[in-house]
Amino acid sequence: MGRLSSPQELEKYREGIRRRRDPHQAFITVCGGTGCHASGCHAVVDAFKKVIQEKAKGNGVGLRVTGCHGFCERGPLVVLHPQKVLYQRVKPEDAPKIFEETVLNGKIVESLLYEHPTTGEKIVSEEEVPFYKKQMRIIFGNNGSIDPAQIEDYLAVGGYQALCKALFSMKPEEVIREVKKANLRGRGGGGFPAGLKWEQCRNAPGEIKYVICNADEGDPGAYMDRSLLEGNPHSVLEGMIIGAYAIGAHEGYVFVRHEYPLAVVNIGIAIQQARELGLLGKEILGSGFSFDVQISRGGGAFVAGESTALMATIEGNVGEPRAKHIHTVISGLWDRPTNLNNVETWANVPLIIDRGADWYTQIGTEGSKGTKIFSLVGKVNNTGLVEVPMGITLREIVYDIGGGIPGGKKLKAVQTGGPSGGCIPESLIDLPVDFDRLTEVGSMMGSGGMIVMDESTCMVDVAKYFMNFLKDESCGKCTSCREGTRRMHEILMEITEGRGTLDHLDLLEELGWVTAEASLCALGGTAPNPVLSTLRYFRDEYKEHILNKRCPAKVCRALLKYRILSDVCTMCGRCAKACPVEAISGKVKTKKEKGIPFKIDEQKCIKCGMCFESCKFEAIEVQ
Amino acid sequence: MIPITIDGQPVEGKEGENILQVALDAGFDIPHLCYNENVKPYGACRLCLVEVVRRGRSRMTTACTYPVMEGIEVLTQSEKVLRARRMIMELILAMCPGDKLIQDMAKQMGVEQVRFKKDDNKDCILCGLCARVCDEVVGAHAISFAFRGDRREMVPPFLGEAMNCIACGACVVVCPVDVIRMKEEGDERTIIRWKRTLKMKQCKVCGNYFAPWFQLEKFKERAKLPKDFFDVCFTCRG
Repeated sequence: MGRLSSPQELEKYREGIRRRRDPHQAFITVCGGTGCHASGCHAVVDAFKKVIQEKAKGNGVGLRVTGCHGFCERGPLVVLHPQKVLYQRVKPEDAPKIFEETVLNGKIVESLLYEHPTTGEKIVSEEEVPFYKKQMRIIFGNNGSIDPAQIEDYLAVGGYQALCKALFSMKPEEVIREVKKANLRGRGGGGFPAGLKWEQCRNAPGEIKYVICNADEGDPGAYMDRSLLEGNPHSVLEGMIIGAYAIGAHEGYVFVRHEYPLAVVNIGIAIQQARELGLLGKEILGSGFSFDVQISRGGGAFVAGESTALMATIEGNVGEPRAKHIHTVISGLWDRPTNLNNVETWANVPLIIDRGADWYTQIGTEGSKGTKIFSLVGKVNNTGLVEVPMGITLREIVYDIGGGIPGGKKLKAVQTGGPSGGCIPESLIDLPVDFDRLTEVGSMMGSGGMIVMDESTCMVDVAKYFMNFLKDESCGKCTSCREGTRRMHEILMEITEGRGTLDHLDLLEELGWVTAEASLCALGGTAPNPVLSTLRYFRDEYKEHILNKRCPAKVCRALLKYRILSDVCTMCGRCAKACPVEAISGKVKTKKEKGIPFKIDEQKCIKCGMCFESCKFEAIEVQ
Repeated sequence: MIPITIDGQPVEGKEGENILQVALDAGFDIPHLCYNENVKPYGACRLCLVEVVRRGRSRMTTACTYPVMEGIEVLTQSEKVLRARRMIMELILAMCPGDKLIQDMAKQMGVEQVRFKKDDNKDCILCGLCARVCDEVVGAHAISFAFRGDRREMVPPFLGEAMNCIACGACVVVCPVDVIRMKEEGDERTIIRWKRTLKMKQCKVCGNYFAPWFQLEKFKERAKLPKDFFDVCFTCRG
């Protein structure tokens, strides 16, 4: 296929694809997202290929390796179309059975179905699984049905329709007006209105302008941008082209982490295919508008996701943020007007243009419209990527979608917003999730990380963990951020090791304030959140560490005390054998001798927990 | 001229100037460590924090990186500013507890004690002035920051000898905490911190060693000077 030179040619091409595809034809989709890769989807794909080759004998059973479906906890995931039967935790040896029973005979393989965790009911259809049911997958939904490396798949589901609409029936100003009306807010974390940014960039003086897609997702545990780029790269690209048209930019960059190899490959394929079809490059669809995109790969610094640091990196400099007294929309990449948006923000654009702002604004809350993809991880039954309408409560996300806390434990807090987000206590579980509410309670939307914590989590330890990450990932330029994060971490070390004082709490608050107020960029501006939010909601837990030298969640090792209950001890001597430092003494009871109950010498104990693990009689107590 | 106010007093700045420059010229006292008028402002030390009120909105920012804009109000002594500066000073003092200048500045700002573990083995405050002077004034590009976060360091390439260093000593002069030392012994000059030792040239007239060969060659090359231009030292040339 050569370049398409008009919207009519695109529609004709799309019709051709659709005509060739029988909507009733059976096809198998296997999730090829990062989570399913980790659980071995590759072998499953190979097994299906083999089965199809041997048994289908050309009677048209399709196999498609798609992007991430989101339900990573249950991977590898296989969905059979058109019935949309979901099989979970599929192994390569299940492939022949699935093919035989379901594809050929329409029967269900019960053992591979998802079982409702409380009712025990087996669920056949993907849409009926509670994890998916409460979601609203308008951005992420196509991930499960298209092959990211095939532009035809994207076109078949209506891809590049919005681009046609923008290029041929809307003026750039009208596109901006629509995005403004939709009140699309930046999904990278800041929540800045995208339409306003576009308008400022369009109005900025200068012939050459740039648009950038920020795919430098760096939050530990967050992978929604990754999954979008891997699973549906054309949606991001289409958003960028529309944005470039609205702004008047002719060059764009996708800044993606080098650690996301599949994302780099898939966006590269998408760019190539779009170019070949004339959807990218000179005179897009014969409209007279030209725009092209390059990929720039990041080296894995968290701070390089900050817009000015990112631009410095593209320019070939060290990824250090700079002052933004003159905004990047006026003077950004190579001092030209530059509009940067996050992956998910760009992916929202085609939807807004295609279905209109009036449709879009029906979803969400007053100040936050549309949906948000969260990476739901931690102590929750259903980990994975979830796309929910803004305004949904934390309770719905954690319990209805996430399926609650494993092992019957109690929810303690939900950490949102990535490493520099904050911890929201269980008491605020009915909080509606949107940009403003999260900020009000001392956390933030961030790019969409959501870590569920149960009662076995120590909040001081959590703060210490994030502070350790941030002190490493600060670029180190501002004294307030570099020294502030480092000193906060140092104090948290003191507290978790039993050397904390009450003055430390005041000092932490003061340091937090200065780090946030005096640092240049948003990394420093939000870095104290883990400390400040845990101090705000879990101050008693800090005090317990300081005053009673006790870690209530039994996490901070230096504060643990192991004790052998002499009345329970059977004098078997296992613990003494397990102890690596010979801190346990006593005498083994035999038939001839009486024995002496074992005891731990606290001075020698290194709190490794080996004795606790080894005791079969629950005679060792941890305090 | 661009009119602004600093602590209520009307002051004028020129296009392209920053608040710190204008404030210092007008006689206001704003502490600073990483600013030098001969190089571009960098905003690393964060001591020159001020509050800037623009269009009714107030925010704290470093004066050295903020361009003068018409009608802004600058507060150099607000409670917020002083509170933040004091903590930053304490953080810097903890990094470099032995330095006289830092001790004096801390005292002046009312920082009496350091509540953090003192870094007795560190000395550099990571202001970056040495590298900026080396890049922007000397043009040698001999050193740069390496690593990030709390491991950040100012170092020669690959932590080895600074092969581009001409041992001019500009970094030695500009370092606010005096941790870059230069020594001359016989016909050699060494910049200790950058592990750079260069042979010196002898003046044909007085016989003194006056500058490193490598440096003089670079100057001749850059300024297209005659071959024998540096045969005589600066003093003897009259």
